[in-house]
Amino acid sequence: MDYILKILPQLVEGAGVTLQVFLITIVLSMPLGLALALGRISHWRPLSTAVNGYIWLMRGTPLMLQMLFIYFALPFVPVIGIRLPDFPAAILAFVLNYAAYFAEIFRAGIQSIDRGQYEGAKVLGMNYSQTMRRIVLPQMIRRILPPVSNETITLVKDTSLIYVLAMNDLLRAARGIVQRDFTTSPFVVAAAFYLIMTLLLTWGFQYLEKRQAVCDE
Amino acid sequence: MNDKMIKAHALHKRFGQHEVLKSVSLEMGKGEVIAVIGPSGSGKSTFLRCLNHLETIDAGRIEIEGEVLADTDAAGHCRYAPDPELRRICRRMGMVFQHFNLFPHMTVLQNIIEAPITVKGMRREEVIPKAEALLAKVGLSAKRDAYPGRLSGGQKQRVAIARALAMEPDIMLFDEPTSALDPELTGEVLRTMRELAEEHMTMLVVTHEMGFAREVANRVIFMDQGQIVEERPAAEFFASPAHPRARAFLDNML
Repeated sequence: MDYILKILPQLVEGAGVTLQVFLITIVLSMPLGLALALGRISHWRPLSTAVNGYIWLMRGTPLMLQMLFIYFALPFVPVIGIRLPDFPAAILAFVLNYAAYFAEIFRAGIQSIDRGQYEGAKVLGMNYSQTMRRIVLPQMIRRILPPVSNETITLVKDTSLIYVLAMNDLLRAARGIVQRDFTTSPFVVAAAFYLIMTLLLTWGFQYLEKRQAVCDE
Repeated sequence: MNDKMIKAHALHKRFGQHEVLKSVSLEMGKGEVIAVIGPSGSGKSTFLRCLNHLETIDAGRIEIEGEVLADTDAAGHCRYAPDPELRRICRRMGMVFQHFNLFPHMTVLQNIIEAPITVKGMRREEVIPKAEALLAKVGLSAKRDAYPGRLSGGQKQRVAIARALAMEPDIMLFDEPTSALDPELTGEVLRTMRELAEEHMTMLVVTHEMGFAREVANRVIFMDQGQIVEERPAAEFFASPAHPRARAFLDNML
């Protein structure tokens, strides 16, 4: 017990990095994902094709590869080549990657809304943005909560990939202590941290689902 | 002076190879109630949906209260009014659907006040009393804060009528408003529509309710295979339909 208390500060610090990556990624990738989803279902072909290609690329290659590319290879790409410090590079990779996944979830959610809802809005005089904002998206949110909850929980654990950029997240902090002290108990504590984070998320999403269910029969 | 509410001239519409409307024309005066009847697949719903731009026509001309919604030039190109204009003209027509199309994430009251607030920019405080009056009119004041999922089909349809009326349309289009209802629930919806007709609302009603068509409509339009086959005052039509196909249809229905 004393030992655990002793290593706790380091692990909490690592959990802080994990949480930062998690929160910033969520906040940035969801709006980007929504924009991509709207682009993907756009009737303007060049846009939907481009978005389609982007989603294919992002879902078709490993997140770790994308992160390594942005950190190590991007500086050498002509024109757009910039050298990013490790934290922004990691965030950029996560946001670009998760936006692609969210885009597909949002797209499926939007397309699951009955055509009658669009017609109902149209005959009342609503334009595209009013229809989306007031009628389609609120109904979409309620249908996509389960898959978004899945994706969000996956992200908590995916954040551990940033160890490849030598950043001290929760898992890397635990591993450091394991290697220093020759004991595996830091892993158990780290697991407990992850479990607590995902439990809070699970509860949060359960609450949201319950709140959204008020309009059911 | 043009007192025609709807002037549709030679509307053509095809879905792929299938010609759904073959030169359908209609003129409708203020306060008129017209019932559009005919076998399923005759194009009557499509015709209604073309009038308020839910479907686009391939050729023809549509005028709503003297304003041109769509027109076809000599070369055969059909053109619609530019977008804001189009939306403004279409807003004069309220529509009630077979499947209600209420917004399930909003309460009854929210369904009714949504468009007046977002589209017309009215203030909540001025819309709510109006919405409450409309709810009283359709006999659903008690359901003000219920979600559509908790209503019966007849109640849903009456809310849909109130929602359409909240935009203060000059014309009401009804697309088989009772076809999705249990038989014992059609009465309450038809009663609401009858009251609306008594207030001289201009109404175009696609329906299978022959009793309603006979008693409430001034004129009956019988459509078959994408054309208007017969168009006469309701009393005359039901007493003795002239066209053999109309006669066969009525014999089948009654």
